[in-house]
Amino acid sequence: MDFLDRFAVPNPSIAIYASMVAIGLTVVAIFAGLTYFKKWGYLWREWLTTVDHKRIGIMYLISALIMLFRGGVDAIMMRAQLAVPDNKLMDAQHYNEVFSTHGVIMLLFMAMPFIFAFMNYLVPLQIGARDVAFPRLNALSFWLFFFGAMLLNISFVVGGSPDAGWTSYFPLAGNELSPSVGTNYYMFAIQISGLGSLMTGINMITTIIKMRAPSMTLMKMPMFTWSSLVTNLIIVTVFPVLTVALAMGSMDRLFGTHFFTTTNGGMDMLWANLFWVWGHPEVYILILPAFGLYSEIISTFAGRNLYGYKSMVASMVIISALSCLVWAHHFFTMGQGPTANSFFSITTMAISVPTGVKMFNWLFTLWKGKIRFTVPMLYSIGFIPLFVIGGMTGVMLAMSAADYQYHNTMFLVAHFHNVIIPGVVFAMLAGLTYYWPKMFGFMLNERIGKWAFWLLSIGFCLAFFPMYITGLDGQARRMYTYSEATGYGALNMVSFVGAGIMAISFAIIVYNVYYSVRYSPRNISADPWDARSLEWATHTPVPEYNFAITPNVASSQAFWDTKKKGHELFSGELEKIHMPNNSGVPFIMGAIFFVWGFSFIFSLWIPAIISTIAILVCLVLRSFEVDHGRYISVKEIEETEIKLRGVN
Amino acid sequence: MKIDHSLPLEYSTKQNDQNIFGFWVFLAAEIMLFATLFTSYFTLEHRVGNGPSGSEIFEITPVLIETLVLLTSSFTIGLGIHAMRIGKQKAMLTFFAITLVLGLGFLGFEIDEFITYIHEGATLQTSAFTAILMMTLGTHGAHVTFGLFWGAGIVMQIKKRGLTPETTNKSFIFSLYWHFLDVVWIFIFSFIYLKGMM
Repeated sequence: MDFLDRFAVPNPSIAIYASMVAIGLTVVAIFAGLTYFKKWGYLWREWLTTVDHKRIGIMYLISALIMLFRGGVDAIMMRAQLAVPDNKLMDAQHYNEVFSTHGVIMLLFMAMPFIFAFMNYLVPLQIGARDVAFPRLNALSFWLFFFGAMLLNISFVVGGSPDAGWTSYFPLAGNELSPSVGTNYYMFAIQISGLGSLMTGINMITTIIKMRAPSMTLMKMPMFTWSSLVTNLIIVTVFPVLTVALAMGSMDRLFGTHFFTTTNGGMDMLWANLFWVWGHPEVYILILPAFGLYSEIISTFAGRNLYGYKSMVASMVIISALSCLVWAHHFFTMGQGPTANSFFSITTMAISVPTGVKMFNWLFTLWKGKIRFTVPMLYSIGFIPLFVIGGMTGVMLAMSAADYQYHNTMFLVAHFHNVIIPGVVFAMLAGLTYYWPKMFGFMLNERIGKWAFWLLSIGFCLAFFPMYITGLDGQARRMYTYSEATGYGALNMVSFVGAGIMAISFAIIVYNVYYSVRYSPRNISADPWDARSLEWATHTPVPEYNFAITPNVASSQAFWDTKKKGHELFSGELEKIHMPNNSGVPFIMGAIFFVWGFSFIFSLWIPAIISTIAILVCLVLRSFEVDHGRYISVKEIEETEIKLRGVN
Repeated sequence: MKIDHSLPLEYSTKQNDQNIFGFWVFLAAEIMLFATLFTSYFTLEHRVGNGPSGSEIFEITPVLIETLVLLTSSFTIGLGIHAMRIGKQKAMLTFFAITLVLGLGFLGFEIDEFITYIHEGATLQTSAFTAILMMTLGTHGAHVTFGLFWGAGIVMQIKKRGLTPETTNKSFIFSLYWHFLDVVWIFIFSFIYLKGMM
């Protein structure tokens, strides 16, 4: 029994037992359903082994939505706990676990896969390519992310959740103060999915640099592709830093090294520095693709070319460079002295300049446009004022002297939610609605979508604006409760109501999917929004090979040129098309990495060694494998094209 | 598969070109990885706790031999790639084999060095300095070890399949990796050993 004791949850509660039962029932239901409907073969052939960038994009999308609900439940639990003073709903330990997993899941397992979903689906279509540069590596990236996410998600029923915050600062995250395996989960789950992110970065940069349609110069790329390129450059720059930091943290916890301890020369601030050298650019990894999506959507629904294309590109490049020079603003209060603080204060404020340039570009795109207020456009227009508020409070926080007042208060919590929700989450929902017809062949219902938008916006303002006030008044973040005498009660109740309205809005979005699956018309055109860039120039559903003939583009608005100026996008003869073969190895490797991470988390050395060897064996097998892909014949392309043209 | 005969074999297909470019991007990530290790090393260098400092445990002779062995291996793999370009498979395989043997020799010295450190009371758990020293050296050593298996796999594939666009592409990429490890070692030699002994 001693052996099994380690898997027990250290602080069990009714909620955790209920989750265990729920997870067990869901797994049984999924297995039973797949068996009953005889879908195992379909699942394996069409999804688990796929290397098609579009299907991988859709798998990222589904995972992100599931994780959004997991993280959302955490959020509701926190707001419910804080809704009234001296609440006993959760104890301090439980609350620590909830805010730690909320942060990790929302940033790394919700927002990251969401942007990867759009990158995977859109980048090859926007540049006129047939797939990404390394399709199998792409599948491996996805499965590493997926199994990393699963690993973190089993933590709260097997062994205990991480409880040292999403930043996992040492020495709090060290063995002495965090004795449960929770922080091990943090280290290994993020390490595994981080490897996947790094591979995606390499893959996307190569795709964008090497696989554009021959006529597409860099300055003719659609804006989302530009934002993906810049984002992936940041990924390749900073994810290795995280890899090293996590490796050191894991060694401190598992092998008793002294990197971040307070004895034998260890330096806890090294973790804080390394973490934020990755962590701050990470927020720009999330926001830049969101900016890219807004650029696409605003220009489509304003009916105008994007204003200031070159300055948009330049501002993103400047943001990416500055993002690597601001990390110490996360710990102005930790005593690095006025010189360092002033430097990081100035670099931080400087970021608002290129961001402001982008804001004005969007406004000038709207200027004199014939604006259509569709759901994606509502999110994009709602984003502009809300994000500006978040940005301005960011500049307030950037002033290092004033930061001593704001540091670690709810003011900070309000600030970063104010940039992430209107910035990233709105963009993802806008992108989801905008690209839904391209992905699935029918539109989401506009009327229900507008309800969801308005409720989300109102709920967001109610939930987060009161935190600015309580934060300035001194309410600390990450405290599980407060006394009645502080007077925070009323505003926290408003926040709880706001969070509830946001939850209702997400429920409406789910209902919208259900409603649209049942009632939405299927005979829509391949270009339902009257859009402008290349991804809309192919059929819906997108054929496996994306474009039968490699397109010939004249500007970043290639499809608009075709529709309005008679530009000929596709000329030349059909040729046979080379496509990669499916492979089960990425999925299997992901699963082995899951076992590998799990073994290290619980210090099970024999399975750890076996799974390490198994990973290496997979690499050797891949190296020796001869796989030249396959060809789609001209006849087959012609048949597909005729069939798809019939739909349109 | 379209093969462009005006280019060297390892660049002759589109996929080959992408593989090499992608590997350069990967090397950029590797530079960041080692840069992080070096930064951490410089931060923790003098935080020796109760353990020994660098000047107490570093010995110049074995390190100098290691350096020479690894630099020579970088030269021989360069010769190997040259032989590959002019289509001399046998010469190429010989140079690759010499490279791998030299790599193995380097690894032997490094393992011996680690054992000496541990006998002198500088283990992974002794202090922040010993931990970062062993992690930095260990990461480089692990890369060399991985490279030995990778290189051996490529030699086997060339023996079996000859010089094709695929095998030459793999060999060229492997040579980039091997040169990169050499560059990293030059930094380790200069900024860890020489600086530590001064």
